[in-house]
Amino acid sequence: MADSASLQPSRRDFLFIATGAAGAVAVGASIWPLIDQMNPDASTLAASTTEVDLSGIAEGQIVTVKWRGKPIFVRHRTAKEIAAARAVPLNELRDPASDQSRVQKPEWLVVIGICTHLGCVPLGHQGPYDGWFCPCHGSVYDTAARIRQGPAPANLAIPPYKFVSDTKIQIG
Amino acid sequence: MSGQPIYVPKSGLAKWFETRLPLFGFLHHSFVAIPNPRNLNYWWTFGGILAFMLGFQIATGVVLAMHYTPDSKLAFLSVEHIMRDVNYGWLLRYAHANGASMFFAVVYIHMLRGLYYGSYKAPREVLWILGVIIYLLMMATGFLGYTLPWGQMSFWGATVITSLFGAIPLVGSTITTWLWGGYAVDNATLNRFYALHYLLPFMILGVVFLHIWALHVVGSNNPLGVEKKTEKDTLPFHPYFTAKDGFALVVFLIVFAWFVFYIPSYLGDADNYIQANPLQTPAEIVPEWYYLPYYAILRSIPSKILGVTALFSAILLFAFLPWLDRSPVRSASFRPLYRIFFWLFVATVVGLGYIGANRPEGAYVIAGRILTICYFSFFLIVLPLLPLIEKTKPLPASIADAVLGRPARPSLNPGHSSASEVR
Ligand code: HEM
Ligand code: FES
Repeated sequence: MADSASLQPSRRDFLFIATGAAGAVAVGASIWPLIDQMNPDASTLAASTTEVDLSGIAEGQIVTVKWRGKPIFVRHRTAKEIAAARAVPLNELRDPASDQSRVQKPEWLVVIGICTHLGCVPLGHQGPYDGWFCPCHGSVYDTAARIRQGPAPANLAIPPYKFVSDTKIQIG
Repeated sequence: MSGQPIYVPKSGLAKWFETRLPLFGFLHHSFVAIPNPRNLNYWWTFGGILAFMLGFQIATGVVLAMHYTPDSKLAFLSVEHIMRDVNYGWLLRYAHANGASMFFAVVYIHMLRGLYYGSYKAPREVLWILGVIIYLLMMATGFLGYTLPWGQMSFWGATVITSLFGAIPLVGSTITTWLWGGYAVDNATLNRFYALHYLLPFMILGVVFLHIWALHVVGSNNPLGVEKKTEKDTLPFHPYFTAKDGFALVVFLIVFAWFVFYIPSYLGDADNYIQANPLQTPAEIVPEWYYLPYYAILRSIPSKILGVTALFSAILLFAFLPWLDRSPVRSASFRPLYRIFFWLFVATVVGLGYIGANRPEGAYVIAGRILTICYFSFFLIVLPLLPLIEKTKPLPASIADAVLGRPARPSLNPGHSSASEVR
């Protein structure tokens, strides 16, 4: 038995490999639910739009609202802040983006208030550009929420939103 | 000095049991008879204290779990409930919270002992790496536990640390979303952190078992770093080392009790008595003191991906010590230059810890960068290259010769003898 099996694949070899392969697939298939259960669940995915009334936000003011558990900054920018953001040449930016590309209406800036470094909430109207300053590790954002100094690699992200009327936006 | 005799079951029941499961023989061998180098000093008592602290954290943790509620709306209140209403709740919580700090203080001393006396060198590499794994699991456990009271520091500490994984190219944000179970740290995160905080200590227990097994295979190192050779070099574990370990444990418990009863909040952060608020980051986020040196390294590097890489490498370098340190001589007692660098390294780590606790501004940034370079230089430059220039002192021929006062015969090849080969 032993010498004949060593030359030609036997039925046992076949069964061994087939069982091993089926076993590997079965293990993979049963591990996936154990891993995927940690991803956001259906209720988290469902709760995903927030409306904001803009009429109460004075010029110069920043309001923070919650969307998907994250803070969203809605900033009513002054003419001076808009001008400052538009005056910067793009090649001076770490994550180049024009101010126009970051807003739908120039006076309304809507960004996710999570520092792109390690997730703290930056403080508004602070830092050298009077945009935002992150107290955690010192990242500085300008009035278009673009990264200007510190360890963060990217601009504050822009959530999906649309103007449902002149004074109301829907985020998500 | 003759060792303790091997275990002989006396009663009929003990004989019956021993032939079916030789448990008591194993325990007797491991904790009574085992011969230890006779010259172990008090730095060798911290391992026993660590074993005690693991048991202590599990005991206090299990009873806290009977009163704690892992729900983002209730967690903070349930901890306040433990502090105010539960019988001895204040004691249990303060003991568990300060216990974590003590656990880390002791593990750092234990690790520095290994670093000073070269305990990671052959044949103890596996023993050492098991220790590094325990340390990693402890850091994870401490971090997860700190999230549970759901105060401001809990929340923002969890946010910053989980965001470290966001630095991984391409899959970073998928991983953080998966870790959070949502788009930010929230209830789902708290629940899983609680489950894992309960689980990990028992995984530590398993690795501790392997660690002690490996220890009993290769035996303890000692302050001379010279292997034990004859029975004259050793003393039985009981009563000599049980007594020494016991005394050290009592002294340690006095310090621990002083923290718990007199300054229970000294090591904590006042911000953690403010309930978590996802919309507002505290003015300053500072981790628990035992993570500060690594936090300083993270903040010293003005790039996200490089900072995170430096942080993890700083920890993982410990696992490579057996191969980074090229000197055949174990103990710093015989390595005059290494001894200086060892203390410089300790100063570097303490300095980084101090910087980690302060805002990253001005001189702190510069000092942090210099010390980060010093930290990595110790592992990557000093340890591999120092043996090329260092003239080590002659090793004693045996432990007994050195500590029982007989004149030490010069070793055959001073300065380069591998301790285990000296005859
Ligand atoms: C390696 C061992 C352990 C370490 C280092 C550790 C560490 C910690 C830390 C740092 C905290 C936060 C304390 C605070 O600031 O309030 C904590 C809380 C907690 N731990 Fe542990 N722990 C360990 C084992 C366990 C075990 C085994 C359990 C449960 C079976 C447990 C249950 C809890 C509970 C319920 C809390 C929340 C109550 C509180 O905040 O005091 N721990 N742990
Ligand atoms: S989280 Fe904002 S600078 Fe680090």
